[in-house]
Amino acid sequence: MQQLVKDLLAGSRRAAARLISQVENDDPHKRELLMEIFPHTGRAYVIGITGAPGSGKSSLVDCLLQQMRSEDLKVGVIGVDPTSPFSGGAILGDRIRMQEHALDQDVFIRSMGTRGSLGGLARATREAIQVLDAFGKDIILVETVGVGQSEVDIVKTADSTMVVLTPAGGDSVQTIKAGIMEIADLFVVNKADLPGKERTVTEINLMLDMKEDSRWRPPVACTVSVRGEGIEAVWQSLQEHRRFLEESGRLQEIRRERVRRELTEQVEYLVKNQIWDRVKEQIEFDSLVEKIVHRRRDPYSAAYELLEKIDFYGETD
Amino acid sequence: MDQEKLERIRELKELWEQELADLKERKEPAETVSGQPVKMLFTPLDTKNLDYERDLGFPGSYPYTRGVQPNMYRGRLWTMRQFSGFGDAYDSNRRYRYLLEQGQTGLSVAFDMPTLMGYDSDSDRSLGEVGRCGVAIDSLEDMEILFDQIPLDQVTTSMTINGPAAILWCMYLATAEKQGASLDQVGGTIQNDILKEYIAQKSWIFPPEPSMRLITDIFEFASDHVPKWNTISISGYHIREAGSTAVQELAFTLADGFAYVEAGINAGLDVDRFAPRLSFFFNSHIDFFEEICKYRAARRIWARRMKEKYGAKDSRSLKMRFHTQTAGCSLTAQEPENNIIRTAYEGLSAVLGGTQSLHTNSMDEVLALPTEKAVKIALRTQQVLACETGVANTIDPLAGSYFIEALTDKMESEAEEYFSKVDDLGGVLPAIEQGFFQQEIADAAYEYQKAVDRGERIVVGINRYCSEEAPDIEILRIDPEVERKQLERLKRLKETRDGGRVSDCLEELKRCAASGENLIPKILEAVRAYATEGEITAALKEVFGEYREKPLF
Amino acid sequence: MENRKIRVLVAKPGLDGHDRGVKVVARGLRDAGMEVIYTGLHQTPQQVAETALQEDVDVVGLSVLSGAHMTLVPKIKELLTEKGLDDVLLLVGGIVPADDAEKLRAEGHADQIFTPGEPLEKITAYIYDWFKAKSNS
Repeated sequence: MQQLVKDLLAGSRRAAARLISQVENDDPHKRELLMEIFPHTGRAYVIGITGAPGSGKSSLVDCLLQQMRSEDLKVGVIGVDPTSPFSGGAILGDRIRMQEHALDQDVFIRSMGTRGSLGGLARATREAIQVLDAFGKDIILVETVGVGQSEVDIVKTADSTMVVLTPAGGDSVQTIKAGIMEIADLFVVNKADLPGKERTVTEINLMLDMKEDSRWRPPVACTVSVRGEGIEAVWQSLQEHRRFLEESGRLQEIRRERVRRELTEQVEYLVKNQIWDRVKEQIEFDSLVEKIVHRRRDPYSAAYELLEKIDFYGETD
Repeated sequence: MDQEKLERIRELKELWEQELADLKERKEPAETVSGQPVKMLFTPLDTKNLDYERDLGFPGSYPYTRGVQPNMYRGRLWTMRQFSGFGDAYDSNRRYRYLLEQGQTGLSVAFDMPTLMGYDSDSDRSLGEVGRCGVAIDSLEDMEILFDQIPLDQVTTSMTINGPAAILWCMYLATAEKQGASLDQVGGTIQNDILKEYIAQKSWIFPPEPSMRLITDIFEFASDHVPKWNTISISGYHIREAGSTAVQELAFTLADGFAYVEAGINAGLDVDRFAPRLSFFFNSHIDFFEEICKYRAARRIWARRMKEKYGAKDSRSLKMRFHTQTAGCSLTAQEPENNIIRTAYEGLSAVLGGTQSLHTNSMDEVLALPTEKAVKIALRTQQVLACETGVANTIDPLAGSYFIEALTDKMESEAEEYFSKVDDLGGVLPAIEQGFFQQEIADAAYEYQKAVDRGERIVVGINRYCSEEAPDIEILRIDPEVERKQLERLKRLKETRDGGRVSDCLEELKRCAASGENLIPKILEAVRAYATEGEITAALKEVFGEYREKPLF
Repeated sequence: MENRKIRVLVAKPGLDGHDRGVKVVARGLRDAGMEVIYTGLHQTPQQVAETALQEDVDVVGLSVLSGAHMTLVPKIKELLTEKGLDDVLLLVGGIVPADDAEKLRAEGHADQIFTPGEPLEKITAYIYDWFKAKSNS
């Protein structure tokens, strides 16, 4: 076993930090590391938190951290912020609200950029969760950017998902994308001291009334995170949701689905890389592009031709 | 001016514009330091709607555009008030007596970071910071040393203190009492502007609500007991230093001012009871004309709103009196002697803008706190300005200039746009909470830096006319011994004072903080018992909590 | 490594509340393609060092305008070394007189000090050059 992984399992925060970097940076030894880590994962409970920028997610996380720590739970936090599509850089500011916990040995906080992953929740984040899981965290909180498609991604990674809204000046729930409303296991109306709170709560409930199914109806909690108000109720709801998932067997289903997706993705990833490595060796690619631009070829038959060249189709023909 | 004449001018302008077509223009963008484009020429067409009585008036009369006193500098020059403080109270006391000897006419105290943030010198947060960027004041004992041989019934003092302003003010008042002065003779200012702390300077302690309560307690106590005291110096200086534009400085400062007025009214005080003692503090940046117009627009906006919106009747409530400091952020570390020149121009625009008091920066302030030599030059800058240039001979000399009046109007209307935005957000406190001001400032700061880096905004010695030489001037060093000696003195104080009385005072303080009674008398009691600033702050923190900022870029 | 980004922690240690410079630098570094972690004001040296550890940063940038740099910078360097982060690039910005800067560099408390007025490109170029040299060795 690699030394870093040994250190991780022995509780070294430095090792955890280095390992997260290595998976994030696509280190050449990444696969071996993940292989060694994997058997030690599966224990941590993952909670996703999403919502529009400015809804107070970070301060909510800070409050939840206090709750969890008061129950002596070991917690990992991953704060994801958007990477600039222009420069490739990012300002990762989620920690600001959580810095009181910086010196708590049993809290590990890591900031990550989406690094161009369209889904918002980078593959590296999922792998970072595994590292923290193997590291021995009981709970892992994942806070993500609150824009569009990214939120739907969280569902695939989290066991419980919390969507944070605010009663902000007349914005109604309808303006929030339908996808986000679908993924919530719990709604939190933060900054509940602002006007419009009741309306927001009502609109959420109306929308939930229209949804069919669900043996689980997402509760709607109101909080004022900067004053720590309403946090206990949120924590209760999270724990209730977890109990529900465990008792109904749903948790197992979710995790099985996750593994299925992961395996599929890994296979596709390997296949893709394999093929591209071999295709790129062919100088043909660029010249094919030229021909297609000038309409002397089309992309469909050109693709087929490339794959034939690397003997993708074997003997069949 | 009649229509015919204006038409004629319009025709002539067109002819002039035609001539321009054949001429080249310099490549540097013609913009103010705030990024505002400046036209090549202003004419009567730009001021055709100007009404003297309505828009300008006479000095000392509504709307005070031309100045708040009828005779301005012909009656009394602006106060030369150099911001100063370092080391321990003995060190600063010596500097203050030096400055007074050199002709300074009022004092201005700079406190160190621990004092500004409510910590005693022996707190572990204070390590390495004691006496470094201002004077260390832990208790009444230090305050007494600070003003030794300085009669507080004759000299006015401005104290730059915000979060713990009430505490330091009480220490000052107790010191004055000990000198035998009566409080109704004591004059000065405390900055006490917590809103701009949240927005720009960031030396806060408590959250907004209890902070505003402390401020209105101060308004009330001062109006009853310390009538000559300016209870607040509503500040734009720091907002500008944080990177805002001139219009943002103007708008955000006045918005804060209006928020304090509303707080006072909501606390049950009649507006004319406290508004006469509100004062302001602006920056004087390097773009000469923009600053002058900013001050004139500020006076006019304040007067109009106080009268029309808040119903103030006392003329003193309508007069926007202000102190100015030349812009620290315009100075360079490279070739620091150039800063003397920058400061001189900035001082000039403040005076042409009608400031009531002025601090001119020293040339070495980008490197350290000022040396005696540097601060003397800064003071002499004001003295030459006052005595030799003749600009103090006539009031508001630039009035009537087509450019000046047009720009004053423009800045006023842009400020009004900001006021609307703030109202839409629900007012100043909600806007702060949503990070509105902070984001505007951060964006402006970034834009400025990019303009400098691109060479569009020229700063001599930074991106043009640079020399390789390292600055070769003496700078002020703070002896690390200062920290050690301060800690020793503090320890002795804690051993020799009446500990029981201190605890009782602190308990009473907490009770009063929770009950909503005016806290000032209780703070005075505690201060007289030699409770330290840190102890009083900690007691109040138990009741009020602490503020944490919203992160923004 | 395709996805390698330079990670920088920009920190405000001590009681100093001036954050104009640190925020401008943060944006500049982001625009140069780096990941910038900013932890807010009033950080203790312990918080700075622990954050550098958890975030596995390449660079720590300290902004100090209160004159307390001769205490804060060596303390932070000491804590970084204790945590095994000795090879992290340690930069300082703010109000630091030339001879203090010399001392900090000479005694190994900091790698480089930047004064006000230095263009952003200078800082980003310095970091990139250091990173390239480090990756090649």
